[in-house]
Amino acid sequence: MGAVVERFMRRVEATPPGDCPVATQLSLLQAGIAQTCGKCVPCRDGLPQLARMLKRVLACEAGEDELSRMRALAEMVRATSDCAIGYEAANALLEGMDSFAAEYESHVLEGRCQAGVSQTLPCETLCPAHVNVPGYIALVAAGRNADAVNMVRKDNPFPTACAFVCEHPCEERCRRILLDAPVNIRGIKKYAVDHAPADRVPNLSRSVDTARTVAVVGGGPSGLTCAHFLARMGHRVTVFEAREQLGGMMRYGIPAYRFPRERLDQDIRGLLQAGTITVRCGEEINAERMRDIAGFFHAVYVAIGAQGGKTLRMDGADAEGVMSAVEMLGRIGDGDYPDFTGKDVVVVGGGNVAMDCARTSVRAGAASVTVVYRRRKEDMTALPTEVEAAVAEGVEMTVLMAPDSIEVDEAGHCTALIAQPQMIGPVKRGRPAPVAAKKPKERIKADVVLIAVGQDVVAAPFEEFGMQTTWGCFDADDKLRAAGMEGIFVGGDCQTGPSTVINAIAAGKVAARNIDEYLGYHHTLRCDIDVPAPVANDRTPTGRVEVEERPARERKLDYKSVEGGMSEEEMLQECGRCLRCDQFGCGLLDEGRVQYV
Amino acid sequence: MFNLTIDGRAVEVPEGSTILDAARAAGVHVPTLCHLQGQRAVASCRVCVVEVEGEPYPVPSCSTPAREGMAVTTDSEQLLAWRRTALDLVIADHGLNSTNYCFSCEKNGACELQAVCRELGVEEPGFPAREASEPVVDANPFLSYDPNLCIRCQRCVGACNEAARNHTLRAGKRGLRTTIEAPFGPAWRATDCESCGNCAQACPTGALVEKRRAGYRSWETKRVRTTCPHCGVGCQLDLVVRDGKVVDAEAADGPSNRGMLCVKGRSGSFDFVASEDRLTTPLVRNAATGELEPATWDEALDLVARRFSELKERHGGESLAAFACSRSTNEDVYLFQKMARTVLETNNIDSCARV
Repeated sequence: MGAVVERFMRRVEATPPGDCPVATQLSLLQAGIAQTCGKCVPCRDGLPQLARMLKRVLACEAGEDELSRMRALAEMVRATSDCAIGYEAANALLEGMDSFAAEYESHVLEGRCQAGVSQTLPCETLCPAHVNVPGYIALVAAGRNADAVNMVRKDNPFPTACAFVCEHPCEERCRRILLDAPVNIRGIKKYAVDHAPADRVPNLSRSVDTARTVAVVGGGPSGLTCAHFLARMGHRVTVFEAREQLGGMMRYGIPAYRFPRERLDQDIRGLLQAGTITVRCGEEINAERMRDIAGFFHAVYVAIGAQGGKTLRMDGADAEGVMSAVEMLGRIGDGDYPDFTGKDVVVVGGGNVAMDCARTSVRAGAASVTVVYRRRKEDMTALPTEVEAAVAEGVEMTVLMAPDSIEVDEAGHCTALIAQPQMIGPVKRGRPAPVAAKKPKERIKADVVLIAVGQDVVAAPFEEFGMQTTWGCFDADDKLRAAGMEGIFVGGDCQTGPSTVINAIAAGKVAARNIDEYLGYHHTLRCDIDVPAPVANDRTPTGRVEVEERPARERKLDYKSVEGGMSEEEMLQECGRCLRCDQFGCGLLDEGRVQYV
Repeated sequence: MFNLTIDGRAVEVPEGSTILDAARAAGVHVPTLCHLQGQRAVASCRVCVVEVEGEPYPVPSCSTPAREGMAVTTDSEQLLAWRRTALDLVIADHGLNSTNYCFSCEKNGACELQAVCRELGVEEPGFPAREASEPVVDANPFLSYDPNLCIRCQRCVGACNEAARNHTLRAGKRGLRTTIEAPFGPAWRATDCESCGNCAQACPTGALVEKRRAGYRSWETKRVRTTCPHCGVGCQLDLVVRDGKVVDAEAADGPSNRGMLCVKGRSGSFDFVASEDRLTTPLVRNAATGELEPATWDEALDLVARRFSELKERHGGESLAAFACSRSTNEDVYLFQKMARTVLETNNIDSCARV
């Protein structure tokens, strides 16, 4: 029975993108019916009746009156069921009817699913840049690593960055989960860029020069992606970067042990070959300069990221030894490494940046490194693998502890973080929220306190220029046109708030497309790489190959890359696990793909 | 080139061929249903499954690439059983009650589903059959779509999107059911559908048809290969003739049209043949009565030649213009412009051949 449940869980986990929400709701309801003990009327008899009605709604055979009868019955089941098997099943249905109201309406009024309900390739769809994942996996397996790099670059000019630090949303619903576990897509990409460095693979062809000029403000993943695609389209791009070097948070945020600088430089060198891109580093853009730029260039893409470290308002926050994560990691980006020898370091926060700070502090020689977080370990927004890696390197996770104040000595130097113990409480907006526990405050000794509780957009100069913001992020429509501005586009962290590299890349790509249209073009970008034909699925359940890491005791002594790579035999086995959804199932259909031309 | 064997017969095929291509090259017949030559395989029906030595499960021959050294079996008891089951499932969903088991279907006798069922000995659904209940979509003057007969093979989707590149007929969803969103409903004028009918030609069943199909039975007709009389592309088509009268036109696989036609070629290229309104003799307008009166060719041509010459002499060649009908052949249009330039002495030349 355990094996069946495990299988069932994998089936649910592999729910493909694009499925009709009503269908998924029916599956959930039917799972509830299978679990009823058969004692009480609402659950025993009510759930099957609900399923009968929901089936009719799903098949577009029900009218609006039936929908309201279904709601009334579900409310009765929720209100009167004896145990959670009944009331939670009804509750899920009712919440779904609200969340997917438009879909239900389409079923009963239009007699069809809403436009856009259609199954698509999981990996390609869930990758924000819609990279042709099965295509490049097949190329790697065929030994064509350079073609694989360009297949990635067709949609994402940062194959190396994503090989090292992507959070790989592509793996979330990988169809391989039905058999065993998702394909290690990031690991396969890493194999490709390790064997065909991005700067040694000639970039894809570009279109003819258009003599249109575009300014990109911000040389991070979003700005450079936009520059890359615009250059391939034949436009002339100038990138303005405030710092000394390009890369944005990939250089000034992500530590080198996760993404070595020389590897970042490979991506940047590779993408700058795309066409006419002029780089102007060390130029900070103020409102007046922005006005000049907007007047001179045919279009502007603002992608300045979220460079300001959030602070905590508490006593002692301005003491010596207290600094923001952004500040420390930023200095490292230009080679200014801190020396924490013999010091006790406390990192406040639970995201990936907090882990970056903690693991950097270990490498900077700290006597002890403690991460202080107000929720539980499982609530941390950092990737579980990042938390695990930090723990392995000796970082202490002190959870359910909210910063209260910083203890400062007479010289004005911080000596400890005073924290209030917490207790985990009810779920708010999808996450369990902490509440102060009835326990005395604790003192955590600290010579250095690193605040990693999020970043802000430094929007003021651009607001002065005329751009609008909501909650500190720039306003834009779905074409990334800056609200109320002509010819100004904005995207990435500065528009969405701090997010991942791949989301920034996706925004840059969308911006490039829309700037191209704005300039009066409709370029299609050629990619003449033929994808190897598939072989029949290997249905044998096989373990997922993980990318090898250096032992924690060694790697924590230096800033060199933590990760190694797959061996050739590991790569071949892992590529062989790919079910080639581009060639089987919906991948053969026109509407089964999410590919830009 | 790849060398492989199909049912023991050795065959050599170019790289990029499918097993189905190889089987055809080897002279082995493999039944198919959803496959349409020249169109990317969707591989949905499983009628063309074959066994490949070393593979634990059968593969669709239409979408599986041929490889060096493959040993393929196309005929076995197990394959036949699987193919029959696939057809059983298809016809259980084919709305057979709506055509009285094919009797009243317009495609009866020309239906690929019927033919392959007959070939494989599938005579009635082995599963509970779905009752037809959906309304027919037929506001378009040329085309109609009966969802009850649709087997959702998606050949029409490929024909409209991949082949004709019109992107108006799409697959949709009704919960778990795949549907074909044929743009032939009351709002058909507002769609980009050009009524080219390539979808109808692609449909293996009677689901998506040209409406005039109702006027004849395929066994009453014969086909005459000809060139489309419209623009200069030179599309090849077969005129469908019954009792000496043209009743339909079907695309043929010509070098310029590759099995496709536009709405003019398919639906506007033959009705006029038997039209009562056709001119059978030249007509000359009587200056006194204003009526058109029958004349001989000599009278008509003399009149035209005389009047054109007068106009040219009085006002010069530039006062004249020559406008050719799009239904003329390339050769005729060439001669026409030559005459305009050399005889009428004008460069005012045009044609309406802008399909």
